[in-house]
Amino acid sequence: MEKYKLTVNGEMREVTIDPGTPLLWVLREDLKMTGTKYGCGISACGACTVHLAGVATRSCVLPISLVGGRPIVTIEGIGQDRVGRAVQDAWVTEDVVQCGYCQSGQIMSAVALLKSRPKPSDIDIERSMGGNICRCGTYVRIRKAIKAAARQLA
Amino acid sequence: MVCSDRIRRWFVVLMTITWMVWPGTRSVAQTDEKSSTTSREAGLAAWQQVYSVLTYPRCVNCHTATNYPQQGDDRHRHLFNVVRGPGGKGVPGLNCATCHQSANADSTGVPGAHNWHLAPLSMKWQDENDSILSSADVCRSVTNNGLDGPGILRHHEQEPLVLWAFQPGRRRDGTQRSLPPLTHAQFVAATRTWVDAGTPCPQNP
Repeated sequence: MEKYKLTVNGEMREVTIDPGTPLLWVLREDLKMTGTKYGCGISACGACTVHLAGVATRSCVLPISLVGGRPIVTIEGIGQDRVGRAVQDAWVTEDVVQCGYCQSGQIMSAVALLKSRPKPSDIDIERSMGGNICRCGTYVRIRKAIKAAARQLA
Repeated sequence: MVCSDRIRRWFVVLMTITWMVWPGTRSVAQTDEKSSTTSREAGLAAWQQVYSVLTYPRCVNCHTATNYPQQGDDRHRHLFNVVRGPGGKGVPGLNCATCHQSANADSTGVPGAHNWHLAPLSMKWQDENDSILSSADVCRSVTNNGLDGPGILRHHEQEPLVLWAFQPGRRRDGTQRSLPPLTHAQFVAATRTWVDAGTPCPQNP
């Protein structure tokens, strides 16, 4: 067991845990931040996506020992960000969610996309969101909401 | 005069011995001095050793001719809809760094090293049908990409992703990833011999 200091959504948090523990479980079990979801555990579905120093990152395969001093932003904190707020608003306006399980990961990836590509094309969206799986098939509404957020941010 | 010659001769002998027993003193720049002593045949033989490493799955999986990386010893298409992206580092929201960190994550089975990315298409070592390029073609690709001999040697000695191939970590099930056919030291030694011979390339049959 080792002690780690993490910056999560702007707040300093401290945990004592096995170095191999994935960040996802630190967030969910130790910090009780359950907005980030466990889907596949092998980075295949994207449900566990968080931002690590601004990079969309699969928290289910990231051992806590490799986080270092990089700030973490989760779905609980993304709304404090201008782009994050716009994406969340668009998600509500476009009524994207069906069961909702994958949507925190979808939103985190969408925010990462819009921060790099303020006006993404359909291909940009398909490629960037291609690692986030939605079993309800809300892909069309996701694309619509990303474009709506892009328009709002323009 | 005689004494001065003797001192000079001893000095040369001493420097030669130091160079032979202390590999650290053999800098990349010194390889040029040896070029006259390494034959083309020896260089070509060394290249074949280098080629055996470059075309091993650990290396060729990121030296693809495709719009995506490959994975595993069978070089299957990278899962999770990963694409090359404009800079070989994926696309926003799905970068290489989305999963690959600066070191192997043995507890979760994800390999990692500093600046994980695909080699540019100009450094592809396979064709579009997933067949490994010939020794002659890979050699030409390596020698026509802006690095001179010492630069190639330095790349093979120091580049984190090259070093990773020799310490590729464990798979998710805990088993060790397979290793290239040479050790890193052997790979660097073969590269040095090839560079010393003037980076000769074989001809396609």
